[in-house]
Formats: sequence, C-alpha cells, structure tokens
Amino acid sequence: MSRWLKRIYASVIFLFLYAPIIVLIIFSFNAGKYSGNWEGFSLKWYQALLTDRSIMKALYYTVLIAVLSSLISTVIGTLAALGIHHMKPLRKNIMLNVNNIPVLNPDIVTGVALMTLFGFFKMQFGVSTLLIAHITFNIPYVILSVLPKLKQLPADALEAAMDLGATPWYAFRKVIFPEILPGIITGALIAFTLSVDDFVISFFTTGGGVTNLSIAIFAMARRGIKPVINALSTLMFGTVLGLLLIINARSGDVTELDV
Amino acid sequence: MKKFAALSLVFVMIMTLLAGCAGGEEKLVLNVYNWGDYIDESILDDFETETGIRVNYEMFATNEDMYVKLKQGGTKYDVAFPSDYMIEKMMKEDMLQEIDMSKVPNYSLIMDEFKGLDFDPDEKYSVPYMWGTVGIIYNKSMVTEPVDSWDILWDEKYKDNILMMDSQRDTLMVALKKLGYSMNTRSTEELEEAKQLLIDQKPVVLAYVGDNVVDMMLSEEAAMAVVWSGQAIQIMSEQEGFEYAYPKEGTNLWFDSVVIPKTSENVEVAHMFIDFLNREDIAFRNADYIGYSSPNIGAVDQLSEELKAMSAAYPEMDKLENAEIFLDPGAFIEEYNRIWTELKAE
Amino acid sequence: MFRKHSAFPYVLWSAVFIIIPLLLVAGYSVTTKDSQTGEVLLSLENYQKFFDPLYIKVLWRSVRLAGQATIICLALGYPMAMILANMPVKKQRTAALLFILPMWMNFLLRTYAWMSILGKNGIVNRVLEFLHLPQGHFLYNEGAVLLGMVYNFLPFMVLPIYTVLTKIDVSLIEAAEDLGANAATVLRYIIVPLSVPGIISGITMVFMPAVSTFVISALLGGGQFMLVGNLVEQQFLLVNNWHFGSAISMILMVLILISMAVLNRYDTSSEKEVNMI
Repeated sequence: MSRWLKRIYASVIFLFLYAPIIVLIIFSFNAGKYSGNWEGFSLKWYQALLTDRSIMKALYYTVLIAVLSSLISTVIGTLAALGIHHMKPLRKNIMLNVNNIPVLNPDIVTGVALMTLFGFFKMQFGVSTLLIAHITFNIPYVILSVLPKLKQLPADALEAAMDLGATPWYAFRKVIFPEILPGIITGALIAFTLSVDDFVISFFTTGGGVTNLSIAIFAMARRGIKPVINALSTLMFGTVLGLLLIINARSGDVTELDV
Repeated sequence: MKKFAALSLVFVMIMTLLAGCAGGEEKLVLNVYNWGDYIDESILDDFETETGIRVNYEMFATNEDMYVKLKQGGTKYDVAFPSDYMIEKMMKEDMLQEIDMSKVPNYSLIMDEFKGLDFDPDEKYSVPYMWGTVGIIYNKSMVTEPVDSWDILWDEKYKDNILMMDSQRDTLMVALKKLGYSMNTRSTEELEEAKQLLIDQKPVVLAYVGDNVVDMMLSEEAAMAVVWSGQAIQIMSEQEGFEYAYPKEGTNLWFDSVVIPKTSENVEVAHMFIDFLNREDIAFRNADYIGYSSPNIGAVDQLSEELKAMSAAYPEMDKLENAEIFLDPGAFIEEYNRIWTELKAE
Repeated sequence: MFRKHSAFPYVLWSAVFIIIPLLLVAGYSVTTKDSQTGEVLLSLENYQKFFDPLYIKVLWRSVRLAGQATIICLALGYPMAMILANMPVKKQRTAALLFILPMWMNFLLRTYAWMSILGKNGIVNRVLEFLHLPQGHFLYNEGAVLLGMVYNFLPFMVLPIYTVLTKIDVSLIEAAEDLGANAATVLRYIIVPLSVPGIISGITMVFMPAVSTFVISALLGGGQFMLVGNLVEQQFLLVNNWHFGSAISMILMVLILISMAVLNRYDTSSEKEVNMI
C-alpha cells in the first residue's frame, strides 16, 4: 500500500475519533452555558471547576476506582488467561462462556444483579462494592486481550526453554511474559477505559457518598450538563496528552521489548 | 511460589469483601439523594457549618433509578427528592417515613395551593421542593401563529420541526389530553386511541428527545418542542425570541418533593434539613440557582421581577385549570409500557 | 504446575460474582409474582411473553444493527490495525494510546458532541452551507445510530487485532513472497488467517455489547428505534417486572453465546496451521 494512502486513511480515522473531542474542548471555552450558543471566549468554567467540590470528589473516586480495578483485573485476568489457555476443551469452553457473560449482559442486568448480591451479603455499599463491580466487568476484557497472544505462541515454547535448563518461573518471565505483554497492556488500557466511563453498573453498586464522574454527568443530564464538565474533560485530556508526549520524548532512545 | 501468588490474590479478594461488610463511621451524617445539579451546593456547606453535621451527597438520573436503590436499602438515605407519582408509589409500598410537621416550622412558607396535593393529600410524607408544568416552547421566528393547543404538534406545516419527549408518560399524556381523556387513564381503549394518534404523528416528528432539548431549541434544530417548564425557563433566560404555551386541553402539573425514606437512621437530622431548606434565605438562594418554580412564598417574594413575570415560571392559576398531576398507575403500567413499545417499534 | 493453578483466583471470583448473579437472574426469569397474593410461582410465562412479534421485531433490529456495526468496525478497523502494527516500534505504543484516549471522555458528552456536529445547524451542515453544497439530514436515522456504534466500538476492534499483528512471523511472509505471492495473496492466505484470534476477540468485544446498547439509539436515533437494551431497561426500572426483564436477558444471552460458539469454530482450524511449521 502506498505510504500516502496509509497516511490519509489513518488521518481520517483519527479525525473521526477526535472530532467530538475537539468540539468539547472548543465549547469548554464558551462564555455561554449551552452548546447551541457561542458567546465568546472565556475561562470562567475552569475557574468554577476549582471550587466545585462535588465534581472534584467524583473525579477522585473515578480515578481511584479506575486505577485499582484495572490493576487488579489485569493481574487476575492475565493469570486466568494463562490457566484457561491450558485447560482441557470442556473446562475451557465453560470458562470462556462464563467469561463472556459480563460482556454480553446489558449493563442494567449486571448492575441490578450485583446490587442484589451485595444486598444479600449485607455489604456496606461504597468503595468496596464499587471496586468489586468494576473488577468483575473488567476481567473478561483482559482475558479477551491476552488470550490471542497466548494462542500465537508456539505450543511448546515453555517446554523448550525448560529443556534448555530454565526453571519454570524463569522460562515464564523471559519467554512467555514478554510475548504476551502487548496483550496485557491492551487489556489494562481497555479495563481502565471501561472503568472511567461506566454509569449504569456503578450507579447500582455504589453508596455511602461515593460517586463517580459518569454518575455525576448522567444525573446532571436532566438539567443540562454543566459546562464545567467540558472544562474538566479538556483538562483531563490535556494532562494525559502531556504525559504521553513527555514519556515519548524521554524514552526515544530505549529499544522496545518486542523487537 | 505460584501457589503463593494465587493464594495471596485470594486473600486480597477476601479482604476486599470483608472491608465491605465492616460497619461505617459513627459520626452524625446526613445522606442526601437528589437529581443532578438540583441544589445550590453552597447550601450544603452552610448546613454543615451551622449544624456540624456532615452531608453526603449522591445523585440519581431518574425516579426509577432512585426507586431501585432505595428499595434495595444498601445505603441508608435520609432525604430524597422524588417526583409526584413516585412518592405515591413509595407511600403505597410503605417506604416513607412520616414527616412530623411540627419539626418543620418553615412548612408554613409553602403556598396553600401546593399543600395537600393529590399524591399526598394528608401532607404526611412530603414537602414540595420544586414544581412546574409541561407545555410547548416555540421559536417565534419560525412559528408566527398563536399557539394554544396540542394540535399544532400534528401540523404538517411544521414537518421535521417538531420535538416530542422521549418519555412514556409525558408523550402519552399529550395524546390523551388532546383526545380529551385523563392522563391517568386506566382504559386500554383510550390508550390505543392515543397510540394511534401518535403513530399518525410520526411523519412530522423530527425526534423524540430527552435532556438535550434545551441545546437543540437554542441551536434552532426545531421550531417547537414539548418541554418541562423548567427547561422552558432555561431556554427563555438564555435567548430572546421564544414563547411557552399552555395548551387549552390541559397539561401535566409536576412536583418534586423532599421525602424521608424509612431506612433513614438520622430522622431528626432529616427533619432539620427539610426545615433548613425552606428557610426564606435558603429557599430563595436555591430557587434562584435552580431557576425552576418554587412553592415557597418566602423564596418567590425575593426573586427578580423578570422571573416572577415569566408565565412559564409562575403562571396565572387559570392556565392550570385542566392540569393534572401524574398518579401511580400500579400494575397498569404494563399496559402503558406495551402501548409505548408498540409505538416505538413501528 | 503453575499453569494449572493460575486460573484458580478467577474461577473463584467468577463463581461468586458472575455465576451467582446469573443464577439470580435465571431464577427471576422462571418465576412470576402473583399480583394478588404476592406469592412467587414457577412459570415459563415470561419466556412465552417474549415470543410475540412485537418483541421479536425489537430483538431482530438490535441484532441486525449490532451485526452491521461489527462488520463496519472490522472493515475499517483491520486496515487501521495493520497501519498501527507497521509503524516504527517506538511510535506504536503512543499511537495505540492516542487511539483509545478519546474513550476516556464521558460517553454521554461525546454523543452530545456528535449531535452538535451532525445537527441541522451543526458544524457539518454549516460547512456545507459555506461551500454552497446541499445540506444533509444526518441525524435521527439508522445511519446516525450506526455511526455512533462504530465510533464507540472501533478501538475495541482495532486493539486486539493490532496486538496480534505485531507478532506475525516475518519469515512466513518472506517465504510466501519468495514463492511468488503478491501483496493481496499474502494478506489473504497468511496475514488474515494468522490474525484470526485477534479478529475473534475484536468481534466479541464489539458485537456483544452492541446488541444490548441503547443510549446511542436514543440520542442519535432520535428515540425512534426501540432496541432490546431499552426493553430490558424498561422492564427493570419503569415496569418493575424483573421477571420479564430477566427472561429477555436470558434469551439474549443464549442467542449470543450460540453465535459466539459458531464464530469460535474458525479459531481452532487456524491453530493447526500455526503449529504445522
């Protein structure tokens, strides 16, 4: 494929992905309250953001739960993928189908079912229930990301390494792990993304004053989403983008793991 | 080694579970459950300062979401802000704590016409918080004729310029009222007629919209829309050239009121908060921030002349002659739902 | 061995947090509450209720839209994954992150933003007006719903395929080219079959959630398309009939799991090819 064709295609796709983001960013600077009305450039929503206690609290919990749940689900999920990959066909099929259930169930069913479960165990609704719920819907995506990489491995790579004298742990660390690492990272990224954006499941499994950005935003919809949310989104976006650029600049000379 | 890793993971999982079962703090706390952006948050700060009680604030997006959470009982909310029909439903299911009005002296500031409402005739379970109506907002530059009836929403002239509400009860209400029936009907025939009317309307409807109708009207996506009065106030405060009409066939009069769920563990504090909300200065700040119609005379008196004159916000009572409040249809909701599904699946 | 035990934590976790809730849902689906006595009885009437042309129509529409969205995601996503995989290694991680970054903005916000882009007086139409081109009716139709779905699920198709493509054995490609294969043949007989596990994961992560989605159709479709996700939500929240709602979910679940099983048949054959080397 010609290089230019590739470049144009990739640019179009990226433009498609970023179009709404650009719109959001522009409207965060809108002096007016509604996206139907551009009333001039203003930083007032950014100022308002600093004093908005409940949104800041929501942001805190959103990030906390997203980071924790993606870490934990990545660990459990990777281990699970390893185990599932080596299971006999019958058990493997069962586990894969069980794994698919949180992905295919409408959010409301997962949310309500988990809520009922937590209630049955008389659990206190709050960070722990929210975290458990997020981990539950994240793990399947980690598994779905890691499994293909495992399937790509030659079936006897581990045996070969051990024949050459490596301990099982060393063989795993030096042979298997680097190969599946891209899958693990993809899984972690997807898990983080899903966690940040979840509304329905979070709504039914939280309590005790714990809330997250999605809940705050969906709850605000009836009254019109406050433009401070646009400002917040822009800041979040800018922060991550900035971090990316810094990491990129720093590790420019380091050779990647999967050469 | 690997067994150790597996076991420690299991350990972490069990710990997480147990942490969830542990009891909460003992300090005095008020758990508030409200719609998003439906209170001036500085009021919560003031309550904390004046009483020393910490306020936990959580939000919900619809009455139904709130109902499921409340019924389940996982978090013990002390005050919640449901709408009329939901209050009736919760009363029927014994989910509400009786409010001792003697502990809410500021209740006297609630205007008489908003006391003893259909869903809580004995004034035992709720105190009105905000109220409003449903009507037609239209862009005067695109609609030059007078608007006073639901009929205009069926007018071919405005094809693809009409927005209806993506809400079961509200849209069925429009059709039922146009046909002269009650919005709380329990007659399948009447509902079928309403359904047919709405199916006939489909070709001229641009879309069934939810919460973003304000943005849409402001960017002139449509000439007219069925909206709540609160949304109309938002639109008209933002831009000139809009008008809000009360259809003569009658419309819906809605209330969001504050209630105390039975699962509350701080009933005394809940009463204090309700009284606090209705204090003149507090109620005014709230009404001013939210911008919807307040039932509290102390608040209304202090509002700007502009807002008081807006008929969308504070209409003359004769406009509300044929208005009805939504009641809980009980098991009959299945019928409403079937009709709505058939309408949508067409 | 390590491998035997490593799935154990998840087996335990899924037993508690996936299986038990599933049993709860299944339980609801086969019971009904007598409205007079409040008694709970075993009954299949919830399932019978579903087999009504009205609901089948809704289900079919959801499956069809989800299927179309998945195919579009695959068609658009596969080339994108290839481009990503062929980028200089240093840039790949950044590009992949940039790809998923938009999804960290709240879903509702992004969908509302699409409405202001595609609306009657939206950005696209204003540009068209400026260029003296005819304006379009981009919202409140199935096309808009598809666009929203593709927008939402594309990264989930691209990323798994990309991670698999990064490790295709280059010597296989070289061998094929030595034997006279052109780029198209290499793609069709070597690259695509080897990337099947990634494709299947991608389809799984797109099709399944797409069937039960409904916010996109409510907003971008102008509330004109009732999908099975709306139905379920209605039953659980508006109508409070958790029994019927659960039955619909169970039916949905069985349907999807069957189609996934059919899809997975394509996977085992590719495994053999890899091991033949």
